[in-house]
Amino acid sequence: MRRPWISIVAAVAALLTLAAPAMACGGLIGPNGAVNLLRTTTFAGYHDGVEHYVTSFEFAGGEGEFGSIIPLPDVPTSVERGGDWTLQRLRLETDPPAPEAFFRLDAAAAGSADVLLETKIDALEITILRGGGDEVGLWARDHGFRLPPDAPEVLDFYAERSQIFMAARFDADAARERGQAVGDGTPVHLTIPTDNPWVPLRILGLGKQASETVEADVYLLTDARPAMLPNAGSIAESDGLVLDHSAAATETLLADLRSDAGMEWIPDEAWLTKVAIDLPAGGLDFDLAIDASGAGRPSAIDAGYAPFRPNPAPRPPIALYLFVAAALVVALPVAGAHLGRGRSIGPPLAGA
Amino acid sequence: MTSVRASVVVLLLLAVALTTGCARQSATVTITIHHSGFDVTDATVPRGVPVTFILVNEDPIDHEWLIGDEAFHEAHRTGTHAAHDAIPTEVTVPALESRRTTITFAETGRLAYICHLPGHEAFGMVGVLTVSG
Repeated sequence: MRRPWISIVAAVAALLTLAAPAMACGGLIGPNGAVNLLRTTTFAGYHDGVEHYVTSFEFAGGEGEFGSIIPLPDVPTSVERGGDWTLQRLRLETDPPAPEAFFRLDAAAAGSADVLLETKIDALEITILRGGGDEVGLWARDHGFRLPPDAPEVLDFYAERSQIFMAARFDADAARERGQAVGDGTPVHLTIPTDNPWVPLRILGLGKQASETVEADVYLLTDARPAMLPNAGSIAESDGLVLDHSAAATETLLADLRSDAGMEWIPDEAWLTKVAIDLPAGGLDFDLAIDASGAGRPSAIDAGYAPFRPNPAPRPPIALYLFVAAALVVALPVAGAHLGRGRSIGPPLAGA
Repeated sequence: MTSVRASVVVLLLLAVALTTGCARQSATVTITIHHSGFDVTDATVPRGVPVTFILVNEDPIDHEWLIGDEAFHEAHRTGTHAAHDAIPTEVTVPALESRRTTITFAETGRLAYICHLPGHEAFGMVGVLTVSG
């Protein structure tokens, strides 16, 4: 039996997406090197050391192929079609439409990297790649992606932290042949074991002019209230990050999410956070680092604030050296005394 | 005696040729492209001598190096050439490759070199070359 909210969600989603010529997450690259994105929605759930990353690629009409590159924190163990209502249900949880708004929407709605994994979901061809910025860029070029001029720097930015990328090619012709209508979304669910999740934000500005606005909603579902960097809801609001929602997830939300395909992992209790991003692409030079461990220390490196550097060579164990030195200081006189006593009590050398 | 005179003449001619050659030394300018930017954005070269440009593309995407006056660039902003490889002033530098081109500038003045791939000029891939007397 379909839950009543599902039909509402479906209606809202359809209306929203009809009003949006293109919606997806990541850096989209079209035939002319740039595709305008409207507000995008991403879900990053983290439980038992596994990040569940759900985003949606929506058919925006047109012809030909569109591509998207999304950096990932680690190698996913699975890439599969996401559930049908997870993203929409989250939107409904944090932004329930007021009746009048609903009807306004109704009116508006008239309108050479290593390949680790390849899969196809509906009209999406997805490839998980491992490589540095140059390798991934070359792979993309060789596979028909036309990268915008900021791509080399952005790819290097991510490859310094994680050399795992997801390339998605959306075939608009295939989508049309499949009967997909404008606004139909293809949700993708990646399961990524990782120490701490981070959400790529800078990639959302790929191909945009510095003054163009990036709008996105990021939903986080974690076991405990997460610490974030930038710290949405505090001074970071001036950076264009707004903490729209932060509360214990309701039982009904968790039950609804758990009932979606691939979402059986949803725990009995969790904390729901929604961060809204709204800022010029030129100012979006960071990602959202998350510490879901409860330690309250999100990584400046994961946020892109601190340059990644390989671990320095291990320092000499000073404490061990001091201990050895102290031991020698104590042991040598003792040994000397012992040896001295030994001489005094030993038999005299011949001829002495 | 005649052969000695001939040898002197040949030597004199060689000396003149060498001297003239020294006065017309060629020049070399190396421009590296990194993160869709030219590392040299303001250069000066002499008029009337062959100038070799070594173009090094460190990016995983293709770039162009097209040099000329404003009318030249205006034509290329709306051009449809997918690649340039036959004209010394119009060079496509494939991803992670290098190209070399030699140009002799006949007149003094200021020229611009620009990458005209979509969005690249707006991103800042512009440099100025001054040809001095």
